[in-house]
Amino acid sequence: MNLSDVKNIIDCQVIFGEDRLDREIHTACGSDMMSDVLAFVKDQSILLTGLVNPQVIRTADMMDMVCIVFVRGKQPDEAMIQLAQERDIVLMSTSHRMFTACGLLWENGLRGGN
Amino acid sequence: MDNILKLKYDVDGDDFTRAGEASASVKKTLKKMGVPADIIRKAAIALYEGEINMVIHADGGEIEVDISSNKIIMILKDKGKGIENIELAMQEGYSTAPDEVRSLGFGAGMGLPNMKKYSDEMRIESTLNIGTTVYMTVCIS
Repeated sequence: MNLSDVKNIIDCQVIFGEDRLDREIHTACGSDMMSDVLAFVKDQSILLTGLVNPQVIRTADMMDMVCIVFVRGKQPDEAMIQLAQERDIVLMSTSHRMFTACGLLWENGLRGGN
Repeated sequence: MDNILKLKYDVDGDDFTRAGEASASVKKTLKKMGVPADIIRKAAIALYEGEINMVIHADGGEIEVDISSNKIIMILKDKGKGIENIELAMQEGYSTAPDEVRSLGFGAGMGLPNMKKYSDEMRIESTLNIGTTVYMTVCIS
């Protein structure tokens, strides 16, 4: 699956990185607790979260994640978008709630990794 | 002799949004030095959790990172209130962080366990009302 598939499956609005949607992803992680995200390393992963603050971007950066999807239509502020640009992390937003967004991606073959 | 690159950072205790800048800088430096990606990730995550801890619990502090060809040594020193029971603090899920920190995505009692998990060696020295120093080593080879 690539980011373009993710965008279509959960109807995302792309906030940053429209030209980077061909990136392949292997796993996903859905959490509002950043320490839980940091506890399990996955490769080429996306993060789904309802949390909106700069630590979300920093956490994704530490984990080498390629994309963050904000659920329930949440929107990052300018400072967060700039941080994501500097770190080359795609930002998207979906109006789906966390459970539904994760469920739709799972149904389409995306898994959580080990 | 093994060349050692020394990096030093002051961690600002007042600004939670900036916590993680030192870790990001160390990550960038390690990448430039050609350190393998999985090693960089271990060091970056361990340091990031430590940096967050310094901001949450100790009003900031100092970080020193020594990089040699075979290991990364990270020393995080604060003048905070200290850790009363280190064994308890090391348990997953145990946290003394205030509620507002949880609303920011941290304070779930995973900081120290994650730091131990990602470092090859970790040692904590803490004195109540004096401060805490955490020593972490991540081996490169």
